[in-house]
Amino acid sequence: MLTLRPRAERLTIWRGFGRAGTEHAWPAWRPVRRRTGRSGPPAIVWVPAAVVALGMTLPLLYLLVRASEAGAGVWDVVLRPRTFVVFRNTALLAFGVAVATSVLAVPLAWLTTRTDLPGRRFWATAAALPLVVPSYVGALAMVAALGPQGLLQRALAPLGVERLPEIYGLFGAWLTLTLFTYPYVFLSVRAGLRGLDPALEEATRCLGHGSWRSFFGCTLPQLRPSIAAGALLAALYAVSDFGVVTLLRYDAFTRAIYLQYRASFDRASAAVLALLLVVFAAALLLAEGRFRGRRGAAYHRLGSGAARRARPVPLGRWRYPALAYCAAVVALALGLPLGVLGYWFERGVASGEALDGLRTAAIHSVSVGVWAATVATLAALPVATLAVRYAGRAGALAERVCYLGYALPGVTIALAFVFLGARYLTPFYQTLPLLIVAYVVRFLPQAVGAARLSLLQISPRLEEAARTLGRSQLGATAAVTVPLARPGLAAGAALVFLTVMKELPVTLLLSPTGYDTLATAIWTATGTGAFGRAAAPALLLIAVSAVPTLLLVLRDRPAGGGGA
Amino acid sequence: MGPFRVWEIPSNLVGIDVGVVLVGRKSSMTWDREPSLTPDLVDGETSITRRGLVRWAGAGAAALAFAAQGAGHLAAQEQTPEAQPDPEADPEAEGTEIVEYEATPIEGGTPVDSAGELTVYSGRNENLIGPLIPRFEAATGVDAEVRYGDTGELAATILDEGDNTPASLFFSQDAGALGALAKEGRLAPLPQEILDRVDPRFRSPDGVWVGTSARARVAVYNPEMITEEELPDSVLEFTDPKWKGKLGWAPTNGSFQAFVTALRVVEGEDAAREWLEGVKANEPKTFDGNGAIVRAVAAGEFPVGLVNHYYLYEVQEQDKKTYPLANHFFAKGDPGSLINVAGVGVLEDADDPEQALAMVEYLLSLEAQEYFAEETFEYPVIEGVELAEGLTPLEDLPSPEIDLSDLNDLQGTLALLAEVGII
Repeated sequence: MLTLRPRAERLTIWRGFGRAGTEHAWPAWRPVRRRTGRSGPPAIVWVPAAVVALGMTLPLLYLLVRASEAGAGVWDVVLRPRTFVVFRNTALLAFGVAVATSVLAVPLAWLTTRTDLPGRRFWATAAALPLVVPSYVGALAMVAALGPQGLLQRALAPLGVERLPEIYGLFGAWLTLTLFTYPYVFLSVRAGLRGLDPALEEATRCLGHGSWRSFFGCTLPQLRPSIAAGALLAALYAVSDFGVVTLLRYDAFTRAIYLQYRASFDRASAAVLALLLVVFAAALLLAEGRFRGRRGAAYHRLGSGAARRARPVPLGRWRYPALAYCAAVVALALGLPLGVLGYWFERGVASGEALDGLRTAAIHSVSVGVWAATVATLAALPVATLAVRYAGRAGALAERVCYLGYALPGVTIALAFVFLGARYLTPFYQTLPLLIVAYVVRFLPQAVGAARLSLLQISPRLEEAARTLGRSQLGATAAVTVPLARPGLAAGAALVFLTVMKELPVTLLLSPTGYDTLATAIWTATGTGAFGRAAAPALLLIAVSAVPTLLLVLRDRPAGGGGA
Repeated sequence: MGPFRVWEIPSNLVGIDVGVVLVGRKSSMTWDREPSLTPDLVDGETSITRRGLVRWAGAGAAALAFAAQGAGHLAAQEQTPEAQPDPEADPEAEGTEIVEYEATPIEGGTPVDSAGELTVYSGRNENLIGPLIPRFEAATGVDAEVRYGDTGELAATILDEGDNTPASLFFSQDAGALGALAKEGRLAPLPQEILDRVDPRFRSPDGVWVGTSARARVAVYNPEMITEEELPDSVLEFTDPKWKGKLGWAPTNGSFQAFVTALRVVEGEDAAREWLEGVKANEPKTFDGNGAIVRAVAAGEFPVGLVNHYYLYEVQEQDKKTYPLANHFFAKGDPGSLINVAGVGVLEDADDPEQALAMVEYLLSLEAQEYFAEETFEYPVIEGVELAEGLTPLEDLPSPEIDLSDLNDLQGTLALLAEVGII
């Protein structure tokens, strides 16, 4: 039964399950047919899903309008050697970030959900927080700390270190983006782990496999959708980010696009480049689809009965290395920016920087964040339902479309809504409702991804049971699925909240005039190099964002995958 | 006071300049004004709130105290928050103010119809021009709303908004973005009377935008790493291999690109290409902005950077520190010391053209020009404004004989930079 090749061995184990028990007695990991006799999704699912998906294509339509102005110039832009260089650079960065964030985050997520690690909740909160550090602040902190003449060099100076190797370029951009985007994978895998039915893992242990083998052979494959979804978000974030690649001087796509806006005021060329970026995002989506795992695989409990809470794995003597690992990641990704901000803050306060006005900015940030998170979650639900429950081309397409815009730099989304708002929705232009819609379009994939993953782990039979008991479709969803999916939905909402808090280009161009947020306050200060003044809003931004993260972690109970 | 918060006015700005506001407003009431597009002047007094008046009056007193000490600009910088104007008017303010007024008749803003509102898109940072807005409001009675953003992105926004743009005025960080709007016919012609206040080389040839402050290209250097004698007379000499790894530049920055355009105009296309290739071979450190270059030079990462002149002052002011930094101007006529401008244009589709013009006038007033000279360390574009300490007068600057209007071939410059593989 055992062979030397691990992959073959795993397959053997799965088959073993199939034989070991009847389908009803054991949860199993095998394809199931999802459409059970119904002829397509009900209108209450597909109509809102279609509306959301169409809304998500607005930036693409805008880009097509703009790119068509380029005429024959399109080919000049596409075929320019530099375009290939930035394409390659961006691909390298996206791939590197996807791999590194997964490697970094999966152990963290496992340690903080499944083991008796001391201070699990603290580590879980701290490990999620780097997500809220605006990337330009994070990059500034990296340069300040690890630059050739940065803080680290000053610390090492007594040892005769006169300058450190340059962190600029691919390495620095990759490191910075990895440190500030791994929480996407971390949160997604945590949600996945919480939704896992421990029975399957226990079965592998019963079959005599050690904990490592059972992790790699059983747990990890079940986490594939979570890892893929998180890594996709991280990679797309890396692709769309401007702050890090600028400050760390890496010639990526976003930089080329911004250059068209900022240096040559050439919106047509910018649109052509942005469309290329959309093509790139589509390729990433395909890759993620491949990695995601088998099409139609079930990740929920197939049989009857409810999942139990997983028993924490005792770490024993591994406790100390595990703690050291968590501490190292948190120190680099959160401690470093906080330290640099603290240093700036102290200097700023010493030179008499005033702190008034930040309260209003904080209130603005929180209110747009809460609104965007709520709307995004509501919008994500029908799309995710369509994609998970009614496996079909339309559902898959609607879900994937949501991601395309996520690869675009913020300024492109912002200008699409400038175009739309000023020309066709004039009464709403530069008002909060349109701002919220733009945020949702920019960050919806985060909510859709989280909703999709949690729906994957809930058996559709529960909802079907509710319907046989007389609930309507909507009633059954509200009474059964939504409560079960709540941890995942909340995680998605929190992601949207955290990213909206730090969002800049959309806020600058679409907020009501004079509507300052913490992010714009930081931008204003760093724009003239007034770092002392940037520190207070940046620290406040992190403090305010810690609240939803903390709530999320404190409600941390295994959700019970298959049944209730 | 509109949407502007008091904390945005750094304490160090509330000295001398605010005093000027008071005096400036006074002048607009009593002095015969030049013919203006806004003939229905209202009394300045009526358009200013009581609270504002009292505050500025206190500031005037504070300013005069400094003037009396002869402390000048440096003292103003060292002002601590405690020295901010007391909301209760200083009884002495009235008396001293008149002395100041008679000594220096200063032109401020023009009060316009008090019902006015104005939306401005500003590519210049709020830290730099924010303090001017309440003064403009106090001087003119116009309620100004400002949207801050990146110059290029705001220009793209105005183009995408089309006829419905809420903006009436665009305040640009560089002439390039104004040129881009002008090319699309989005800027309205300015009255000749306003244009005439500014040296022709600092305004648009077809009169649709006007410079508000000027900046010079220089080589900033770290005197602890290199002496001024070692620096070349011409920017062209940076192609010498001895500069390998010693130079910082920002090829994506608008000011740098304007310089390259000047290089193409003055020295020709081939020479410009050779220069770019030569400098590229020296592996310069590449940045996206001038401020970062100056900081890196201050930190000793490399000795020389090609930047605008005022970043040296700005960085030291921001950090409240004196760095080992100095500006090096190139020899006479060298394209390396090009003079560039920040400027404004009134939009063709402006909802409030009258208020927008009032702002243009205000920005060209003695008061605003002194602000640019003293607080942002730029060159004023009108006559009769004293420069910040340590600035070489514009007349003495060895700027190349070149019209800003000759620098409109930005596409050619970008094509060249892309061809050489720099951007």
